[in-house]
Amino acid sequence: MAVARPCGTYDESYSQDMAIVRTRLQWILLIAGLVFLFSLPLFLPGRWLNLLNLIGISLIAVHGLNILTGYCGQISLGQAAFMAVGAYTSGVLTAKLGFSFWAALPCAALSAGIIGLIFGLPSLRVKGFYLAMATLAAQFIIPALIAHPLEGITNGVRSLVVPVPKIGETAFSSPQSMFGIIMPIAVLMTFFAKNLVRTGVGRAFIAIRDNDLAAEVQGVNVFGYKLLAFFICSVYAGVAGCLWAHWMRAINPDHFTLMDSIWYVGMMIVGGMGSTAGAVFGVAFLRVLDELTKELVMWLSGIFVAWGAFLQAALGPIVYGLVIILFIIFEPRGLAHRWEVFKASYRLRPFAY
Amino acid sequence: MEAVLQYIANGLMVGGVYALIALGIVLIYKSTGVFNFAIGQMMMFGAFFFWMSTDRFGLPIWVSLLLSLAGSVVVALLIDRFTMRPLIGQPVLSSVLVTLALVYFLNGVAIGIWGAYQYKLAEFLPGAPVSIGGVVFSHDLLWSFFLAMALFVLLYLFYQRTRMGLAMRATAESHQIAQARGINVRTIFSLSWALCGLIAAVCGMLLAYRLGVSQFLSLVGLKAFPAVLFGGLDSIGGALIGGLTVGLLENLAGGLIAPWLMEITPYIILLLVLILRPEGLFGLKRIERI
Repeated sequence: MAVARPCGTYDESYSQDMAIVRTRLQWILLIAGLVFLFSLPLFLPGRWLNLLNLIGISLIAVHGLNILTGYCGQISLGQAAFMAVGAYTSGVLTAKLGFSFWAALPCAALSAGIIGLIFGLPSLRVKGFYLAMATLAAQFIIPALIAHPLEGITNGVRSLVVPVPKIGETAFSSPQSMFGIIMPIAVLMTFFAKNLVRTGVGRAFIAIRDNDLAAEVQGVNVFGYKLLAFFICSVYAGVAGCLWAHWMRAINPDHFTLMDSIWYVGMMIVGGMGSTAGAVFGVAFLRVLDELTKELVMWLSGIFVAWGAFLQAALGPIVYGLVIILFIIFEPRGLAHRWEVFKASYRLRPFAY
Repeated sequence: MEAVLQYIANGLMVGGVYALIALGIVLIYKSTGVFNFAIGQMMMFGAFFFWMSTDRFGLPIWVSLLLSLAGSVVVALLIDRFTMRPLIGQPVLSSVLVTLALVYFLNGVAIGIWGAYQYKLAEFLPGAPVSIGGVVFSHDLLWSFFLAMALFVLLYLFYQRTRMGLAMRATAESHQIAQARGINVRTIFSLSWALCGLIAAVCGMLLAYRLGVSQFLSLVGLKAFPAVLFGGLDSIGGALIGGLTVGLLENLAGGLIAPWLMEITPYIILLLVLILRPEGLFGLKRIERI
């Protein structure tokens, strides 16, 4: 996207032209932001750290989804199921076969990627809405397989207990230490996602999204790239699932339902499809909103005591559903678009145009 | 052998209801191009309305029936007016995603009003289970099967023989041309949603008789998605065949192979259909031109 740059900012070399972080101010903000992010465990209470951990894990899943849906234009309603594959791969490897977390993480990513590839195969023949139905099938088939035929190794519907990740003798059991695993991975994967869409692969994805016939005429191997997008999406889901397993320390097929998949799609919509920054905004916005709803429910159930028990179960979905509907109707380009508008007006200040 | 016959009978009977739900989806898809993911929730609302008026207010069955149908139509019209109409002209995908968000929203509203309990409906269907040659047909399944078939015939006649049905078919063909011929497309959209609300209420009440009135009722709606795709998204006859096939196969697989297969057989069928014949058995094959 062509960005209006302020007067006096221009590139003198290719490396400058290609840089993600261009100006000194951006570098300062980035480094300050990262330092702030990683100093959070020092003073935040456990509850908010857990929220941040959840945001980090969801962020990875949503980045994957964003690459598949936002950039490559293939809808997936099965992200939670691919997370389940990652979670159970790493859970079984660490709990039953004695792998360390660090060896299980890449295995989880890879196995989820391969399963994602299999469910991406229908994209050879179908697209758009029909493909969404294929991933919907994945969403039902995978948890059922985990719960029943694979019960012997996954414990089925009786949760599988997952050991704590360790380096040497240090165990990562507290929210603070899990933050130390989850956040760096989330930051790295965000960086990878941001970079991927600028490469040839990313441009091929965008070409397929905008018009697959035109992309094919241009020499893009449409089916190959679609499968690649499915693979990358599921690898992200696998990593997210693996982190989820070691963060929750007990996994159950019920953690990975259609409702969770819809959550991830919703986060992507609220953030803005086809924008890496949007994924971050969307995840943070909806997770924080969810937490604030819980606070509101606490407060309300003190007033309406008789109604209290269902308040949480009712208000959460209502708020979530309403936010997504409002975003689709009033701001379909999501928070990322608002951010771009803000940046553009900031650059041009004090002029209106 | 008798067991197999019993599975086939059960499958076909349940399949009738799936077919009816599938028909609700097809109706909306045909005229608006939107796939209604929230039909399970609409069914749940119909069942809850029925339960409210029979159990809470103690009204007679036929009054409750009318109230439930009316309530369900109102819900459908509200959905159409406040979420679908603002999106006319936007990519269809947005509307589909809105129906996904509605799944959440309606679930939340239902829990807020009625709580997460399971209620039992009073016995309102007359009759007793019938046994034919060792195969038992429970009367509620028979009722739902034949009601579903009757509705099917009625809707088919409505589509083929009435002026409104003709207008709906024209709208399905092309919104612009229909408008140019003086058809009010917005009315058609509302009418499709209202019809879907009617069908959903009927399905909800029939299923609630067996399963009780609860949140779980909405999950049955998920079984109809494979049925719709099996028959073809835009084919009324396909919805019938798809519903019956899905009901039949899931009961056979669940009964003869393993119970847990019952839940996922429809989706395995769905995957196979998508790979082998994406437009469904009777769907319109789209040819893309640049």
